[in-house]
Amino acid sequence: MPSRTVVVASAHGLHARPAAIFTQAAAKAGVPVTIAKNGRSVNAASILGVISLGIDHGDEVELGVEGEGAEQVLDELTGLLTTDHDAA
Amino acid sequence: MSSLQGVGIGRSIVVGPVLRMPDKLPEPATLSSTIGPDAEKERVTHALAGTAADIRGRGEKAGGKAQEVLEAQALMADDPTLRSDIDTRVEGGATAERAVFEAFAGFRDMLLGIGGYMAERATDLDDVSQRVIARLSGVAAPGVPESDTPFVLVARDLAPADTALLDLEKVLAVVTSEGGPTSHTAILAREKSIPAIVSAHGALDLTDGTVVIADASTGSITVDPTAEEISAAQAEAERRAARASVPVGPGALADGTPIPLLANLGSADGVEGAVKAGAEGVGLFRTEFLFLDAKAAPTVAQQYTHYSKLLRGFPGKKVVVRVLDAGADKPLSFLNDAPEENPALGLRGLRALRASEHILREQLTALARAQSESDADLWVMAPMVSTVEETRYFVALARELGIRTAGVMVEVPSSALLADRVLTEADFASIGTNDLTQYTLAADRLLGSVASFQDPWHPAVLRLIREVGRAGEALGKPVGICGEAAADPLLAVVLVGLGATSLSMSPAALGDVRAELLQHTREQAAALAEAALTAEDAAGARAAVRALLPA
Repeated sequence: MPSRTVVVASAHGLHARPAAIFTQAAAKAGVPVTIAKNGRSVNAASILGVISLGIDHGDEVELGVEGEGAEQVLDELTGLLTTDHDAA
Repeated sequence: MSSLQGVGIGRSIVVGPVLRMPDKLPEPATLSSTIGPDAEKERVTHALAGTAADIRGRGEKAGGKAQEVLEAQALMADDPTLRSDIDTRVEGGATAERAVFEAFAGFRDMLLGIGGYMAERATDLDDVSQRVIARLSGVAAPGVPESDTPFVLVARDLAPADTALLDLEKVLAVVTSEGGPTSHTAILAREKSIPAIVSAHGALDLTDGTVVIADASTGSITVDPTAEEISAAQAEAERRAARASVPVGPGALADGTPIPLLANLGSADGVEGAVKAGAEGVGLFRTEFLFLDAKAAPTVAQQYTHYSKLLRGFPGKKVVVRVLDAGADKPLSFLNDAPEENPALGLRGLRALRASEHILREQLTALARAQSESDADLWVMAPMVSTVEETRYFVALARELGIRTAGVMVEVPSSALLADRVLTEADFASIGTNDLTQYTLAADRLLGSVASFQDPWHPAVLRLIREVGRAGEALGKPVGICGEAAADPLLAVVLVGLGATSLSMSPAALGDVRAELLQHTREQAAALAEAALTAEDAAGARAAVRALLPA
């Protein structure tokens, strides 16, 4: 499965608003996406799953995408995670 | 016609129809499903989709920041992980209601377990859970009722999540059956200048559409008033409005005695609003927001920037900053995160700072630096000081780091009783009436079941305040009030009578307090205070003071 390791840029990590933005994008991908931290992997389209990972600013996470257009989806989600949404 | 009695917040009198806020739903029973998992799942699908659509609809209506919060809530209702958790429970034989309840509760506990910022999202999750269960049960969703015409909101009590969504334009007054004068409802009411009557037993029996007269100055609610009563109330409302419209200016009594009116602020963003409302300075600047949501304490430079911004807003004026007030009830991982059974009696306030002195030193250093570049008159005070020795410690440390004026908050009865000794060491005292009431009556501020004890009108609290007032007068040291009590116009007069030399409150309350102070001379304020001190309880103190007012 294509995957990528990303360092999260949002000042407050993947909480609330950044988590919502990320989750919506993952759900829109149309293919199964997972996000993992410290080996624990959850459905990236699940805001509660993502929140439960307790991802903070500077944490390393691993994205996994299965299916068609996986690389493109990875590019897009990586872009989201490396943007500081709290700064906006 | 009948009437109800509660504790009034504010001075207004209003007439309008009741709108009840639905109660929190009971926990769904642990019955086995009678219709089978497939039918239950079908119900879950409809309820979740309906709830998500409803929340998004409200979000679109609200726009802005509220829409972002609501969108996150809608995503929770759509959540696939939650859905599979619910399905597992339904397959185990649970009803849709019970499965939804348990699944949400599981995630809520998880969020609470993560703590900090995430724990605050637990309330959002609870709200979504209640909405889904209400939809399944075919009852009105709990939450704030909506109406196109003004109404008197009647509720058991209001939670912060409710009030965030409240369309204040339409709320004439808030009446709650529970909650005391320091409840969230009361704080909101003062902040937004909405009249409120709390602890009004029997209020929940009021039905939608019933017309009431709510008089916040007496705490009385007249149910189904006559036409004469309604026109009398409307005339009274106009009279009061005219009286309250005094021009913005320095606070003073009728005889000209100045009583500076200051603002309570939680961040430098509130400066402009406070100045507009006529604040003569800041009586309580809370610094917690700089530290909450942070894993490590902010640097001296970061703090300095913020304090400078604050001081710039009040050139030549007094600004009282309280150093970090944290404890196990507002835990900060870098300060004290050891669980305590009684956080209010634990390592909090100055005690916690002393245990991590470097944080206190950094904060005082940042404040001193901001002070040196500003012509505002910076005073710095420590929270939760309970001994003379602690006072000496804090004042010495503040001076060592360059703070010119250092004082303490009097929130614990021991400090009030030893005020003469405390004020010998400190440059000033500021009375935090919320905590002082909590500690005097031994009633948790945050616990609804003992809210009736939490009343700063209680003569035991007033007697302690008198001790501080007397000590201040004898030693020529200022004694401020910075709790919710100062925002209660009549109580503010009593506090001045007890020896308070300045009053600090939410900027929204300044107008009413300014108007009330102008009605009384120093001598009259002292007489009102004397009457309150001789009462046996809070209600008695209120009644005794009102009895002395001109009709």
